Amino acid sequence: MSDRVLLDYGSGGKASQRLIREIFLKHLGNPGLNRLDDAALIEDLSGPLAVSTDTFTIFPLFFPGGDIGSLAVHGTVNDVAMLGAQPKYLSCAFLLEEGLDMQDLDRIAASMGRAAADCGVQVITGDTKVVPKGAADKMFINTTGIGMVIADPAPSGSRAEPGDAVLISGTMGDHGLAILTHRQGLKFETDIQSDSQALNSLTTRLIREVGDVHVLRDPTRGGLATTLNEIASQSGCEILLQEDQVPVRREVQGGCSFLGLDPLYLANEGKFICILPEDLASKALEVMRSHPAGRDAALIGYVREGQKGRVVLRTSLGGHRLLDMLEGEQLPRIC
Amino acid sequence: MNLSSEFRDPDLCRRVLEQIQHLADSPFRFMEVCGTHTVSIFQSGIKSLLPENISHLSGPGCPVCVTHDLEVNTFLALAKMDLRLATFGDLMRVPGSRGDSLKKVQAEGARVDIVYSAFDALQLAVDNPSENVVFLAVGFETTAPTVAATVKVALKQQVENFFILPMHKLVPPALQALASDPDIRVDGLLLPGHVSTITGIEPFMFLAGDYNLPAVISGFEPLDILQSIQILLRMHKEKTPAVINSYKRAVADQGNPRARKVMQEVFKPVDTAWRGLGDIPGSGLSLRKEYLGFDARRKFEPAPLQPETNTGCKCGQVLKGKILPPQCPLFASVCTPAEPVGPCMVSTEGSCAAFFKYSL
Repeated sequence: MSDRVLLDYGSGGKASQRLIREIFLKHLGNPGLNRLDDAALIEDLSGPLAVSTDTFTIFPLFFPGGDIGSLAVHGTVNDVAMLGAQPKYLSCAFLLEEGLDMQDLDRIAASMGRAAADCGVQVITGDTKVVPKGAADKMFINTTGIGMVIADPAPSGSRAEPGDAVLISGTMGDHGLAILTHRQGLKFETDIQSDSQALNSLTTRLIREVGDVHVLRDPTRGGLATTLNEIASQSGCEILLQEDQVPVRREVQGGCSFLGLDPLYLANEGKFICILPEDLASKALEVMRSHPAGRDAALIGYVREGQKGRVVLRTSLGGHRLLDMLEGEQLPRIC
Repeated sequence: MNLSSEFRDPDLCRRVLEQIQHLADSPFRFMEVCGTHTVSIFQSGIKSLLPENISHLSGPGCPVCVTHDLEVNTFLALAKMDLRLATFGDLMRVPGSRGDSLKKVQAEGARVDIVYSAFDALQLAVDNPSENVVFLAVGFETTAPTVAATVKVALKQQVENFFILPMHKLVPPALQALASDPDIRVDGLLLPGHVSTITGIEPFMFLAGDYNLPAVISGFEPLDILQSIQILLRMHKEKTPAVINSYKRAVADQGNPRARKVMQEVFKPVDTAWRGLGDIPGSGLSLRKEYLGFDARRKFEPAPLQPETNTGCKCGQVLKGKILPPQCPLFASVCTPAEPVGPCMVSTEGSCAAFFKYSL
């Protein structure tokens, strides 16, 4: 194999076969994928199913705490899990730029394989395309996940009700700030790591042990503030968020003050919001805190009648203000 | 959330708030003249905690907000020429006279790079010797010295494809214009902490001396701001107006003479127009003779559109503190952060954007 990705590898011919065998089957192989048929055969899923698709493009491909491969697994597994489902299978499509370092591709496929094994899913169908240099930025990955829904009824962003408590599974802003600082070459006292991780084993436990979960949602792009606004709007209620209860790592807080960013708007890749009746909150927190993915879980707010679709922040000083959705990207300030 | 910083300590803040409530026995209007203060006042919830008879106005303290229409049209005209613009992110969405913005012209093919400092822009020019790079030099005294230092380096290294479009503004002359405007009724000023690190306290002394206006140089954390408001209130109540530096951990009374020296070597004060405030004598900076070769206006002679005079935007009155943003007929209807009409809605530190984003 060449040490760079060539256009030949996307031709569908012998070169493509070599790439599939020596990279993808090596790291992602399983009986389903190894059949190499035109489509994957699924025989063991029944009842309500959850399906989600996501495309991953990130610069840099490798970042503290993960890479595009692990992110492509975690992102889709988590989206399926947020419907109260057990993710089982993934499809995976690679769009590669001609000239990509083959070792990078190998590392990324290996990382996907490890991530998939860790969260108990299998990649059962895939696709590879190679585009001429300059037509894509190194590598894009699309994954689609499917799983069986175990919650009844399934959690939904439209099911938040007045009287519900709002929980978060851990610290906010780690991923967003890790990517930004790594990209800009900024260093802080402690290295900030992305929180990219799978959440399905924790959400499964929550559903089995706590029961009536109204909303599960992972606050990825746009952060906690934007996701809470989506929920308030879908559910037609108001959410009150308590600033001093939101867990934020000291180094993330410091980095944000320095750069003029707000951790409530930064992306997370391994955290989820859980909204459920207030009387179940302490049980849910107990389950979350006993799991490695929810150690820093906290009760951060409440759902109330109020003004439909609005999120109100009670600040640490005790003042109240609107917590709006993010408008476009956060841009560094000048003064 | 990490509240370990003593300047965010809720208990300390509450104690100062109680003192403010005690002092506020008559109506008091204060104005902050720095966008970072504006955001901090809203973001921390201070706005909702102040007693009702204290009213708060946001003055002309955001460099994007006071960039004049003609200057915006000038850099949009430059963007359409065969060159590369380097800019701070804040300017990307500022609308010009025909609704154009750097973001829009970029999508049409203009080459625009977001940079974090003027030095990054110079590096861009060094790395791309076949292209002309123009840095959009906006900002107050805080930013101007680093731009001046960059121009000096460019001269020393004989970088011939680097230019700047000077649009800098100076804060003290603008405060002079505000203080002398009979229409503006303000009882105290919160002075900009960042700008003061360069200027020091002296250029603000006239506020108390000539206009009996109490003024406090303030930091940006909630406790900084509350303490500064408390000092303003006390001076107002005791009728002992003075200019006080309450941000001593960052601002030396004499400012930063070295930074000022570099700025003065490269730039000279000129009259310039501020959005909303109009022409203010000696409030802008233009390149001195020996640095004129770096002036993008001279080199490329852009032909900006003439600004429309009647867009309905009331940014000017907002910047002077004559009206609050929601009193502008365009606010939140025609003019939103997604489709801003005036720059006070574009900049994250603009008072209209802060009202839109944070007010309940």
